[in-house]
This record gives sequence, structure tokens and C-alpha cells, in this order.
Amino acid sequence: MDHLDQLEAQSIYIFREAFARLKKIALLWSLGKDSNVMIWLARKAFFGRMPFPALHVDTGKKFPEMYRFRDHYGKEWELDLRVEPCPPIDAVDPTLPPAARSAARKTEGLKMALAKYGFDGLIAGIRRDEEATRAKERVFSPRGLEGNWDVRDQPPEFWDHFNASPPQGAHLRIHPILHWTEADIWAYTKRENIPIIPLYLAKDGKRYRSLGDQDITNPVNSTASSIDEILIELEQTKVPERAGRALDHETEDAFERLRVAGYL
Amino acid sequence: MNMIVTPASPATPNGTTRPQVRIVIVGHVDHGKSTLVGRLLHETGSLPEGKLEMLKAVSARRGMPFEWSFLLDALQTERDQGITIDTTQIRFRTNSRDIVLIDAPGHAEFLRNMITGASQADGAVLIIDALEGVRDQTRRHGYLLHLLGVKQVAVVVNKMDRVDFSADRFKEISDEISAHLNGLGVKPTAVIPISARDGDGVAERTGRISWYKGPTVVEALDRLEPARALEALALRLPVQAIYKFDDRRIVAGRIESGSLVAGDEIVIMPAGKIARIKTVESWPVTPVAGRQGAGRSVGITLDRELFIERGDIIAHAGAAPRETRRLRARIFWLHDKPLAKGDQLLVRCGPKESRATVVAIEKAVDPGELSSSENKAIGRNHVGEIDISLSNPIATDPYTENPRTGRLVIEVSGRIAGGGLVLSVDAGQRAVPVDIVPVESALRPDERSARYRHNGAVVWLTGLPASGKSTLARALERRLFTNGGSPILLDGDTMRAGLNSDLGFSATDRSENIRRLAEVATHLARNGHIAIVAAVSPAREDRATARRIADTAFREIHVATPAEVCEERDPKGHYKKARAGTLASFTGIGNDYEAPQAAELVIDTSKRTVAEAADEIEQMLKTSGVLFDELVDLAANI
Repeated sequence: MDHLDQLEAQSIYIFREAFARLKKIALLWSLGKDSNVMIWLARKAFFGRMPFPALHVDTGKKFPEMYRFRDHYGKEWELDLRVEPCPPIDAVDPTLPPAARSAARKTEGLKMALAKYGFDGLIAGIRRDEEATRAKERVFSPRGLEGNWDVRDQPPEFWDHFNASPPQGAHLRIHPILHWTEADIWAYTKRENIPIIPLYLAKDGKRYRSLGDQDITNPVNSTASSIDEILIELEQTKVPERAGRALDHETEDAFERLRVAGYL
Repeated sequence: MNMIVTPASPATPNGTTRPQVRIVIVGHVDHGKSTLVGRLLHETGSLPEGKLEMLKAVSARRGMPFEWSFLLDALQTERDQGITIDTTQIRFRTNSRDIVLIDAPGHAEFLRNMITGASQADGAVLIIDALEGVRDQTRRHGYLLHLLGVKQVAVVVNKMDRVDFSADRFKEISDEISAHLNGLGVKPTAVIPISARDGDGVAERTGRISWYKGPTVVEALDRLEPARALEALALRLPVQAIYKFDDRRIVAGRIESGSLVAGDEIVIMPAGKIARIKTVESWPVTPVAGRQGAGRSVGITLDRELFIERGDIIAHAGAAPRETRRLRARIFWLHDKPLAKGDQLLVRCGPKESRATVVAIEKAVDPGELSSSENKAIGRNHVGEIDISLSNPIATDPYTENPRTGRLVIEVSGRIAGGGLVLSVDAGQRAVPVDIVPVESALRPDERSARYRHNGAVVWLTGLPASGKSTLARALERRLFTNGGSPILLDGDTMRAGLNSDLGFSATDRSENIRRLAEVATHLARNGHIAIVAAVSPAREDRATARRIADTAFREIHVATPAEVCEERDPKGHYKKARAGTLASFTGIGNDYEAPQAAELVIDTSKRTVAEAADEIEQMLKTSGVLFDELVDLAANI
């Protein structure tokens, strides 16, 4: 088994545990490279078709290429796709800095979708190497009744035994690719020939390393116009992956506040 | 999450292949774990752009000198209180390794988070403050590394600047911690003097520690090895689920050890059912040919429809794990309420879960203290050895035989509350069922023995077919009855016609046959009767099971009539049929009878009459306290 085989086997194990131990789960599809890898892994885990819904909590502000991608592959991959809207900006905590406040719409949209369907588990494509508070996450991460993350009281988790009993009305976040890195995602995407949104590839000296809402996501300087070139770029760069995501950098704790409130 | 990492690791774009090693940094609170991590990242050029400036700003905002620990202590409460609360991971590279560093909190309050982090590691760095020396949390973490199966440990003595880089102080601490770790069976790979804040000993041997000749921290990390491969062990495929999304019935799970390939004959434990692997399914290409090894998540189909459920273990026939309702484990306990004898829990071994009862607690210890205090209960953050009785049989291995399947976790109210290693599996032990409340007889044992003039007993006659067991049993029964006793005959063949009519003659069925005979006999004995069991019972292990069940009431009699005599007698014609090949699974003409080594009595019926033999048995029952020699005034003893 090579490195990617090991990552894949571990993720499949997590998917199967989530499906076996929870009653009603959905995969959060943000249309980005990470959640596309997740869908691919889920299809591997369940031998072709993902046996639970793909939930797109739509801010309405994604790039047109992303919506085209969603509509095309939602059909091709036979996904049970549920698109759920987010509330307007006025409905969101006004004390948050602007970009974080904009992103927090997604948290609210997520809560509405949870209330609508009654999911007890949401599968999310976050990774430890993306950001320092995500590095502290559990694979099965309990959320409070308000969808909040209690970072001071995370349960023990070891030897692939997961805490999978959310209290009535609360849900779990399941993180099947928590142990992957950005380079792992690209190497696997290439090996498995998983489709990607072309915005990730450099055009006119710029490319997107991470895709979010149009108004709070910026491209980085890059000449990498293929996955191979991206991998070489990642080998050399010291720029963090989420450098182009405004919401991470407004204040020291902006991102933690978002996550504690239930953001991904 | 505990990934197995093999040396053949990622081919990076520049074409090199580097092993990935996961290392946890542990030790007492404030001894400098997070600082060491920050320093390591800095020294190896692994910090992302702008991170150093960010840390300076964050430190300045709090009016503190530059604080490396803010790199990993990302949570506001961690930064404000200056302690690590939860475990985290960060990556960097040395000359020959890709390293995943796991930072674990040192505060006793957050031991569960330390365990979460350390359980994923291939190796550990145990850090000790040169000024403070070995502290309770140092010892506790050392002990937990042992329990978590982390065997490679490098020790660093930090803050050497605070003790003027004293070689004597270093040696003092080095000796103390080495002795402690050796006592746990852990041999430190290195003991290194450092100053994480200033950088001495981390990547370079500076002049201030010129007296030190060993490796730096980076060099020591370079020497740690990835986790060992599990493919060489016996196959263990715990079943996660059975999928029937289309016309295939796929048994899905991850191979924890060993390997499998289509065509293998497998056994499904604990039921013991046999099948053959038809295909190994996959996606997008299926089926896949070739051998699948440990670490793979697979799906297989079988050549026959069997009832399989989540938690079963698939193994190769002949190398299956043991089925048990009782086991002993060495555990750590994380719940607020101490674990006590009689507590009811949920135990998980891989995907298998079973309700369980704690039947005994041994060696409850605070691993942070030097003197081990024996207790009745295992307190929070303490360790101990416990005996667990399971309500469902599970298949498992002692951890010394299989580190993957030989471990368990304990849940209380849906949350993981502890975990540990399976020390031993007691295959024949009685379970104490969780929801069954046995109704005891209204009669006291002494009331019965006053009437029968004997205590209850299980008289177990074992021997070759036609050795005379049934004849002796009937004679003994008559003798005891005539004397006013209450004997009851349990003949193996008779029981097979009823209670055991679902059982055949496979090794598993024979064991079950014996277990049931022993259970029924023991119930009778407990109620004052003398149960006389006549059964070939050829397997020594099965008879040992029977003895365990009946305990002190058990009296084994080996009817040791020579094989030739038995075959000549052959009252049922079995030997003839077996010789002619028309009777399979017959004990007698092969070497499959395992004679007892310590029976209470051995009788050769070719050398004495039935009456003489019955005399001998009666005498043995008298001398071993079953039969009362003469009329005893029982009332006087009550």
C-alpha cells in the first residue's frame, strides 16, 4: 500500500462507520476539490453510489463555474442532491468582521437545513493542515443543540473508535479527510482522475487555491496550469492554503468564533 | 484515527520516497512541549510565510515576550491561559523523514486529549523541565505511552539554560526517567539536553552543551521508525457492515492484520461458520484480483448465504481468534465517576459492541504516583486491571498476539470513558448476563445435604468409547440412590438426542456439547444432587472448561480401559463401522483422545469388576468430601 492507498482506506473506514452508526446523514458538498475527493471516496466505500444525500448550502455567491460543475456532476454521479439557501446578511451576528459575517450566512443556512431534514450527522471535508483550529478537530466531532462546537470539552477519540451518539436534537460532524493534506488531495485527484473546477488552474498568472464565495475569495499568484504543476508549486511555497480566504485573517480569533458557532 | 504507516511512503513530485512518521510530544504541564514544536518548525524551515510575524504580534498584544506555543495553541482560551487544552497536529520535514508532529496537552485535566493525540503516534518525545525534574504527569504520560502501545520514546531534558547547562543535573534526571521507563518495559532511544527557547540541542549541538555527545532532537526524530507492518500476523477482518445495494451481498470491513485473496476458506467468528471468499469487490473496477493486505478497506462476497453481522470477525480457518464472554484488560479510565466492581458498561472491540459487567478490579493505580495504591475502584485518569463479563460472546485476541484486535474501549452514556489492552481471554468462563436475574432455590444447601448425606458434585467420567463409562455410571447411580442419596445420570449420547440434538461432531460442536453438559451438571450439583456425567469428552481443553464451570464440585474420573479392550467390546458396533470407514468423527481408533493428566481417579475396567470400581469411586467421593462418612449431626454445625 502506498501513501494514498493508506489515506483512502482510512477515509473509507470512517465513511462506513458513519453510515453504520448514525441514522440520517448527509455529505456537505461545497463543490471544491476536497468535497469532490470526499464524494469519490464515498462511492468507493459504498461500491459506486453514495447512499445518502449531498447537501449544498448555497450562499448564492459562488462562481458560475462552480454552479455549472454542480449541475453537471450532480447528475453524472447520481447524487441525491439537496440545495439549501442561506438567510440574508441582516440575519447574521453584526459584531463579526465583514468577511466573517458574510461567511457566517453559511452557518445559518446549515442550521436551517439541519432543522428541515433532521440529520444526525453531517460529513464535512475539512483537513487538519488547513488551519490551526481545524487541526484540533476530532474525526467524529459532537455539536451542541445550537450546532456549536465545544472546544473545551471534546471527547476522547482513539484507535478508530468514534463517539457516535449525539444527544437528541444535536448532530455530529464527521471528517473523513481530516488526516489528508492539500498535496494529498491533488495527488489523489490526479491518480483517480477526479474532475475539478478549472478555477484551480492558473490563468494569466493567477489561480484559486481554495474556493469560497466570490466576494471574499482571492486568487494567488501562480503559473501552475496542471495538477502536476500544482504539486510542484506546493512543494516549494510557504504561502498558506487559505491565504486567499479573507475571513481567516480579519482578526486573531475571527475564524475560531465562526467555527465555535458551527462553521466548518 | 491510527494509520498504519509503511516505509514505502509518498513519492513526492521531485521523485524521492520518504517515510512518514507520526510523533507525539508529551510531558508535564509547562515543561515546554509547544515551545519545542515551534522551535522544531523554525529550525527545519517549515513555518508558513507570515507565521513568525503573526506570533510576534499575538505575543505583543498580550504583553508577553515572544511565545512559540501560540503557534499550536490556536484557541483563544489556550492563549489567554497559556496552556494547551487540546491536541493538534502539524507537519515538517527532517533530512530523511516526513514528520507529523502531534502536540498533546500536559495538564492533568486534559488527559483525554493527550490520549487522543498519543494514540495516533508511531513514536514519542517525552519532555522534562531541567529545573523541576520528573513530575507526576511525566510518569503518567510515560505509563500511558506503554498502554497505548507507543514503544519508541526519546526523552528531552528542556530548559537547560535554567540550570546553567549542568551535566550533573542532566544525568540525575536522565537516570531517574530511564529507570522509570525501563520499569514499564520502554527503553528510551535517547536522552537529550536542550533549551527549546534558545535552540540548543534541537537541531545543533551548541557550545553550551559541549559535554553532550548524543543525537540532537532532529537526529533522534530521524531515527524513529514508522509503525510495523501487520501483514505477517493472522488474518483479522472485522465486519463493519453488510451491503446489498444491488444483487451483490458485500461484506465490508478493514483488514486489521494478515491478508486475504479470493478463494480463501474463512471462518466467521464468534459463530464459527465456514465459507469461501468468492470475490473481492471494488469500485470503479470490480472484482479485483490479487492479495489484499492489512490496512485495506475491502468488500468481499462469499460462496454461500450465511448470517453475518456487524462486529463479526473473519479469519482463516485454523487461525481464528478466541470466542469469549470473559476477558481481562489493562485499562486507563477517563470518566469522572470511578470504575467499580459491578458497574455495567458498553465495551467495543473494533466494530463489535457488547454490554458488559465489571466482575473484578485488580491493581487500581495512579500512574503519576510512585507508590502504587491498591483500590477497589479505578479513579479518573488512573489505570488498572479488570475482569469483564460480556453479555454477547465476542471474538478477540490478547494484545500480545494482535495489537490491533487485542484492544477495547469502554463507553459510558454514549461517550468513550476508557480504553485498554486485552491481557487474556478466558474462553470457557461463565458470563454474568447483564439483564438476567437468577432466581435462587428456596431450599438451603444444608437442608438438602442433611437429607441426602452428601454434598452436590459433578462426577465426570471420561474415556474411550466402550471403556465402561456408562456401565460404571449406572452402577454408581444405583449405589448412591440405595444409600439415600440423590444421583442423576447425564449420559452424553442421551443428551445428544435432546438438549444437544442441534450439535454435530466438529471441534466447535463438541466443545459446546461439553459446555452444556457441564452447565446442566453444575446446576444440579449446586442444588445438592450428584450429577454423574458419562461422556467421551476427548479434548483436554473442553474438560478444563467443564472443571472451570463446576469449580470445586468437579471430580474427574478417567476410565482408562486399554484401547484394544474397548475395541474388542464394541457394544454399539462403532469401532467396526469406523474401521470400515462408515462412521466419521469417531474418537477411539486415532490418537485423538487426550488423556487426563490430573484426574481425581483412574480406573481400568479390564482389571476389576464393576462393583470394585464403584467401591473405588465411592471411596474417592468420601475422602474428597462429597459423601459423608457416617451420620453427622448436621444440626450441630448450622
